[in-house]
This record gives sequence, C-alpha cells and structure tokens, in this order.
Amino acid sequence: MVPAIEIRGADKHYGSLHALKAVDLTVDSGDFFALLGPNGAGKTTLINLLSGLSRPDGGILKVMGHDVVRDYRQARRSLGVVPQELVFDPFFTVRETLEIQSGYFGLRKNDEWIDDLLHNLQLSDKAEANMRALSGGMKRRVLIAQALVHRPPVIVLDEPTAGVDVALRQSLWKFIQRLNREGHTILLTTHYLEEAETLCRRVAILRQGQIVADDTTENLLQSSTSGKLEDVFVALMQDEGELAEP
Amino acid sequence: MHGFRTLFFKEVLRFWKVSFQTVLAPLVSTLLYLLVFAQVMADHAEIYPGVSYAAFLIPGLVMMSMLQNAFANSSSSLVQSKVTGNIVFVLLAPLSPGEFYGAYVLASMVRGVLVGLVVFLAAWAFVEIPVREPLWAVVFGLLATVLSGTLGVLAGIWAEKFDQMAVWQNFVILPLTFLSGAFYTLHSLPSFWAGLSRFNPFFYAIDGFRYGFLGSGDVSPWQSLSIVGGTCFALSWTTLALLRKGWRLRT
Repeated sequence: MVPAIEIRGADKHYGSLHALKAVDLTVDSGDFFALLGPNGAGKTTLINLLSGLSRPDGGILKVMGHDVVRDYRQARRSLGVVPQELVFDPFFTVRETLEIQSGYFGLRKNDEWIDDLLHNLQLSDKAEANMRALSGGMKRRVLIAQALVHRPPVIVLDEPTAGVDVALRQSLWKFIQRLNREGHTILLTTHYLEEAETLCRRVAILRQGQIVADDTTENLLQSSTSGKLEDVFVALMQDEGELAEP
Repeated sequence: MHGFRTLFFKEVLRFWKVSFQTVLAPLVSTLLYLLVFAQVMADHAEIYPGVSYAAFLIPGLVMMSMLQNAFANSSSSLVQSKVTGNIVFVLLAPLSPGEFYGAYVLASMVRGVLVGLVVFLAAWAFVEIPVREPLWAVVFGLLATVLSGTLGVLAGIWAEKFDQMAVWQNFVILPLTFLSGAFYTLHSLPSFWAGLSRFNPFFYAIDGFRYGFLGSGDVSPWQSLSIVGGTCFALSWTTLALLRKGWRLRT
C-alpha cells in the first residue's frame, strides 16, 4: 500500500538556520500519527514543505505517492491542512468561505458535505455569519472545516486545539477520530502530550531539525519507567541538554 | 479550471461587497476632477478642432480611473491576504501559477472596466463625447487593465506590509497616471517632459484610448498598441516566472 506520507532526505535552510536536516519519515495510510518537538524543532517547516507553502532545498516529499513539487496538484488534493495561526478572510461568511475553498479544489456541488461539516463542528447556526463575528474557538473550527472540505485522504493538524476550551476539544477529537476510522490518515502536531498519547498510534519526535524518535506510542511508553510520553519527551530533549518545552 | 473560476469569482465578490469604496468612491473623485478642470479650462483654446476641453479630458479621466482601480484590486487583495495570513488558503489549493495570475488579473479587469464604464456614463450625462473609433477604445481599455492588474499582482507579491504597498501607489502608479497625458496633450509640454512621457506606457494607453473617442491622438494608435501590448507581455511573462518560482509567496 502507498504510504500516506513519504519523506526522504528533506532538507531546508532559512538563511543560516538549518531548519530541517535530511529528515526521513513515513506515515502509513490510515494511521493516526503525532509529530512532536519543542518550539523551533521544525514541525511547521516540515508541514509547510508537505503542503507546498515552502519549497524544499533537498529531498523528496510525497503525499499518497504524489511528489509535492512535480505532481503538486494531486499532492495538494490529497492533503488537508489546518494551519497553526488563526487566519480568516474578513470579507466572507462561514458558508461562503467553505464554498470558495471547495471551488479551489474543483468541487461544484458540495453543499451536503459542507452542512455535515458545519453540524459536526457545531457551526450550523453560524453558517451565514461573517468570519469577523466569530470567536477564536469558532474561527479555529472553520479552519478545520476548510481543511476537510475537499475530503482529503490525509489531514494535517498543526496544533489544532491551541486556545480551544475543554468541551470543544473533546468534541473535536471525537470528530477527528471518526474521520480516522473512516480511513483518513491524521498527522497531528501538538504541545498537549497527553492528547498524542491517547489518540495516536505512532509518534515521531523532532529536535533541532532531526528525527530523534519514531516508533509506536506503545513502544515509546514502554521505554519509560513512568509509562508517560511526557517523560520520554523530556528525556530525549535532555539527552542533548536542550531545554524541553512541551 | 473550476479552481481558477472560483478564485476569479472570489476576487470579484471581494470588491463588490465593498462597492461603495471600490466603485462609487472613484466615480465621485473622478467627477470632481472633471468639474474642476473642465470649469477652469473651459475658456482655453480647443485642443483638437471641434473638440471641447471637457470632451478631451473625459477619455483621459476614464482611463486614469481604470488604471488606478485595476491596480488597486489585485494589489490590495494580495497584500491584505499576505498581512492577515489568509493567502494560505489559495497557496494550499491545487492552482497553477497561470490560474493564480489569470484569476487576479481578470478580476482587476472587471473592476477597472466597471469603474471606467460608470465614470464614462456619468460624464456623458453632462458632456457630449464623440465615439469615432470604438474598437480602439475597447482594445486599449482591456489592454490597460491587463497592464495595471499585472502591475498590481507584482506589487502584491512583492509587498509584505501596507507601507511597502504605499510606495508603489505613491511613487509608481500615481506619477505614471498623472504624467500620462490624462489632462493635456504631449505637444503642450516642455520638450524634456514630453520626451520623458514617451517612456511611460500609461501615456500610450491613454492616447490610444482617447483616439477611440476623438479619432485623434499625439501618436499613432498602432504605435500605442505595440508599446502597451509589448509592456503587457513583458510584465505578464515576468510575473508568471516569479509565481512559478514562488517568489515571496512560497518561502
């Protein structure tokens, strides 16, 4: 089976900063995968390379077998990204935002799925509201709906629960778990390690642009005496004397 | 193709939602120019035989408003999207550089032509304007909005802050439109300024457009066509090459 995400030797510099150092990573189709690391480790850079927001200096990155540079159209159709920043277009309503995003991906009649997304993300009563009128949590949910609007097989969530209250976070994870059960591959970055521990079958940890751990959650937990992912994470960071900031 | 259509539609909807600011405001300011200049210059000699100064001025003002609004549409949309960060929604989509370029420029053309049409119809209510070579007016109207919309895309992908965009507005677009013969003929200028105007593509756009109405101009419409068309081609080629590289968009 084609891996959902395949990364070989991904390299990226920003000026003198070597942000990613020949990263290799494979995410199997249907997996629920956590990509962890302290601030500045390279998680968002890796996601930007996968989604085409940045260009790699070296290496090959594929989404569902499609090269993100040479076959960018298919690669982008296969990927839904929830960006870390709370961004929105103030000119449009929630429904218009989702219809426009659908259209970018070539979908004309997508109302049923848009209604389903609005319902599952508890946004149905805000469908005709302007994006400016929404709270931060609601904007975050619209971002998630935008990433899912073209039903991508691979979904990347870059810290999706930052600033989201507990009740909403729980309903959000239920929805994401449902998508995963339906066959979507999930790649998650988060600073809430208990979320990764509970939800993800596999975990990779980035430190200073390099993968320092890549294993099943179970194996990583077994490697720690406390059986907590947080301790595994802290130990890996302290190995190199780096100040851990989960 | 549907992605291109959606981006184009979104860009038209964006300016239409604030049409008070994007269509009506340029109409008012252009009519004020007409009111002031036509009154002040009414007693001056005719520029072309049988053509009043107001009839000479109107095609220039119409084209000036088209150029400024076509530029404003693509440039303001892009710089706002970059500053607020919502440009990611377009960059994450499976759109080619050509589709990206085409959608922004076509939406700029729609706004430029719409503003031009509204200004022309409003002016026509007060001043009789001959329309002797309508095909030339249409050709130069469309080409000028491509030229200005493309400059707007270039400025929009270059600028990362609003004050950088203000540099384009105040030091590129404003001088090019005001020193372009919108208010005067080339022959009425001192030789230095007349010579300098010949390097301004907006001058040829306005002169060719005015030829469409009056049947007279400072230079041949064919010369204007070759210069405006050549500039459009060069700017479009450059912009597409930069978009393919992801210049200042895909880091």
